[in-house]
Amino acid sequence: MAKRAVPEINAGSMADIAFLLLIFFLVTTTMDIDSGISRKLPEKQDPNVEPPILKEKNVFVVNLNRNGDILVENETFMKVNELKDAAIEFLDNGGGTDKDGNKCDYCKGKKSIKSSDHPKKAIISIESARGTKYGTYIAVQNELVAAYNVLRERSSNELYGITFDELLKRAKDENNSVAKAADLKIKVKRIKEMFPMIISEAEPVKFN
Amino acid sequence: MPAVNTASLPDIVFMLLFFFMVTTVMRETELKIKPPKLPEATEVKKLEKKNLVSFVYVGKSIDGKIKGDVIQLNDKISTVKDIRSFILAKRAEVSQSDINKLTTSIKADITTEVGTIYDIKSELREINALKINYSTVQVAKK
Repeated sequence: MAKRAVPEINAGSMADIAFLLLIFFLVTTTMDIDSGISRKLPEKQDPNVEPPILKEKNVFVVNLNRNGDILVENETFMKVNELKDAAIEFLDNGGGTDKDGNKCDYCKGKKSIKSSDHPKKAIISIESARGTKYGTYIAVQNELVAAYNVLRERSSNELYGITFDELLKRAKDENNSVAKAADLKIKVKRIKEMFPMIISEAEPVKFN
Repeated sequence: MPAVNTASLPDIVFMLLFFFMVTTVMRETELKIKPPKLPEATEVKKLEKKNLVSFVYVGKSIDGKIKGDVIQLNDKISTVKDIRSFILAKRAEVSQSDINKLTTSIKADITTEVGTIYDIKSELREINALKINYSTVQVAKK
């Protein structure tokens, strides 16, 4: 039987097919990276436990209403962009001592007796009406987180000479040796403890 | 002028094709609500490990038939009460050690009422799903 020659497949249109697929994937690809403000919710509270009594000066109250007005400490109306500096001033005040009686030696604030005692005691409380727009709420959250970040950044630069972002990035690096990873973890923890992020949220009220 | 040799063109195209095929993430859930317009923020963190994230969408209904804010979980329009079973179902999917790493990402429209968000959060607190992430669009710091 004569050997039959296998005809070669014409690959000329291969490029066209590939192009078609390429365009399909180009169009369907979404390269969005999910990002956002991370927050940890407080644990469920036992209703029988009395909440601790706080000094008024250690609480920075931010009130939001449905019109998007921001009322700080029940006396001054503020714009969103003023909030960060006000929060920094409050957190960084260091007018008194923490619960162990230590003075805040890294605070650079006014040391006013009318503002917070110590960053570890300072609490930011957000009270909002149910009808408040989510956009306003997030803008406020963002400014408050920014205030903490500014202060942590400062401490990190002073103590370790690198930015806090850089410190976090290095701590996350998986190529670190065990000793180095532990060391970085302690550093990150120390900075976080210097300015613990305590943001409390009251149940939204249903007034107009 | 001699014609350019295009014989390697398919190879190049295939390479690009593979790149896009590998990087493509197909949208798993189809939105049943109006695509939420996310708020802007500067202090954002990236969400890592997508398989440990459950998404809660909040926005307005497409046809405007339902008044107020609408919550979508997976492919269904849901109520606040459904969040509990949604998170518990997610917990059953992942390994024991990853349970405390589970994050809930709230993708809410900027016009949503804070009251709705609060209801979601208190529901999450009930079942001890405490890590949340308010999904935002990152903008440059001023």
